[in-house]
Amino acid sequence: MNPVSLPVKADAARATLAPPAAAEPRRRPGLRWVLAWPLPLTILLLWAVAAHFQWIAPQVLPAPDAVASTFIDSWRSGEMLAHLEISLWRVIAGFALGLAGGLALGVAMGLSPTTKDYLYPGFKAFAQVPVLGWLPLLMLVLGIDEALKIVLISKAALVPIALNTVKGIQNVPSRYIEVARVLRFSRWQMLAKVIFPAALAPIWNGVRYGFTHAWLTLVVVELVASSEGLGFMIVYGRQLFQLDVVLAAVVMVGIVGFLLDKGLALVETRLLRWRRESF
Amino acid sequence: MRRFNPFVAVPKPLRGWVLPLVLLALWWAAFRFGWSSSPVLVSIGSVWHRAVEQTLSGELWTGLSASLRRDLIGFAIGASAGLAVGAALGLSRLFENLVGPSFHTLKQISLFAWIPLLSVWFGLGDAAKIAFLSLAAFFPVVLNTFEGIRSVPGELMEVARVLRFNRRQWLRKVVLPSAAPSIFAGIHLGLIYAWLATLGAEYLLVSGKGIGNTMIDGREHFWMDLVIFGVIVVGLVGFALNWIATQIERRLLAWRGRSVAAY
Repeated sequence: MNPVSLPVKADAARATLAPPAAAEPRRRPGLRWVLAWPLPLTILLLWAVAAHFQWIAPQVLPAPDAVASTFIDSWRSGEMLAHLEISLWRVIAGFALGLAGGLALGVAMGLSPTTKDYLYPGFKAFAQVPVLGWLPLLMLVLGIDEALKIVLISKAALVPIALNTVKGIQNVPSRYIEVARVLRFSRWQMLAKVIFPAALAPIWNGVRYGFTHAWLTLVVVELVASSEGLGFMIVYGRQLFQLDVVLAAVVMVGIVGFLLDKGLALVETRLLRWRRESF
Repeated sequence: MRRFNPFVAVPKPLRGWVLPLVLLALWWAAFRFGWSSSPVLVSIGSVWHRAVEQTLSGELWTGLSASLRRDLIGFAIGASAGLAVGAALGLSRLFENLVGPSFHTLKQISLFAWIPLLSVWFGLGDAAKIAFLSLAAFFPVVLNTFEGIRSVPGELMEVARVLRFNRRQWLRKVVLPSAAPSIFAGIHLGLIYAWLATLGAEYLLVSGKGIGNTMIDGREHFWMDLVIFGVIVVGLVGFALNWIATQIERRLLAWRGRSVAAY
């Protein structure tokens, strides 16, 4: 794979995180808001009617109100919260590890061409095998306990973070570096005042991309090997043919994914605010 | 005089090989000198034997071709649906307002969470797997097609207006060329996601044949050599898919490079 394709991919991943519609000036937001509802409401209505007249067996598609009440019940009983807590802990621990490792690797390879010569090809080969490819191997080595989940999640986060950090640091415009040289910046000043601020946006892209991957991996690893967590809730419901439990957990996965993504977007506006102000 | 640095002494093209060779040597030494008695530690030789055996007996091909067939069918369905929906979202404000919010909500659901639902709706066979793969390819293609069409530069739109292009000309000569890179990026991403999803589908819907099933088998029987071989094959396939996509992209977008070089 040529290295040129990576920024494109990172951009594409960026697109999956932030829909462009949000950035556009909203023409008549009221109308937009109204137009958003007919489709989901029609689907909900069809679903409710189909369930009411039993066109579809409840084991295949339970009624929407059954899903809603299951959701509320499991929230009230604390069951949902317990699963959620475990999932969140795993994803945060794994992501933190991946973030630290990815940044360290990325900075080392970005700043030192020699380090990059040594590590990059091996790293690319490692990154080439998707997370799920490593799963059976890690299951043999680590068993199916917490360690497996955390290692796998951190791998998922590490790869995009490291790649984007390398690219970000290397794409710092050479003009900036020349100015810093003229100003006789020390090595530390060069890093703190020129390279990192200039590379922050692509690095942050990698962080968000890494988080999306971490969340995706959490769900799949909990589906494959777990006895707690939201993914387990889905598998468990599936095994008992309680599709209402499955759907409730799927909704929860969606909500949490959405909130975490929004949280990162908020951090982004704070972190990169100076960029907009400077123009 | 500068201190002698052994890392700089190695010629550049060889540097990339140092780390993998050191790891291989460690692996070899760990086995040779019995550093660990864990059954997980297999010799390089046994992985090689397994590779030869799997390749010659044709087992590798049965699994791999089944996986790839599913991968490509699912990808084709998902990518074409994605192109259609993405183009509709990008070209029509009304469609975007009607469908966009629902789409962006559905997108939030982690991909693999769909598998248990799909398995109830489509059974455990190929239908469920292909439905899942198309879903995996669908989302990135829609998003990037939409994004590509929406980010056609305003100046180009103005030129098209000045030249009084009709809708067809406008689509073919303005929108399509300038959205093409983003659309290809989406297709590329869709291909990568579909391959990831192929493995996921085989782990979670364990029926039939496939490279993922081979690896799961290996894990269940504690055949580390088979699992390692599987990891290598999976990596190579991912690499090959990526390479093919990059080549096609480069060829189809070659005009961009030339047009810039002409100035």
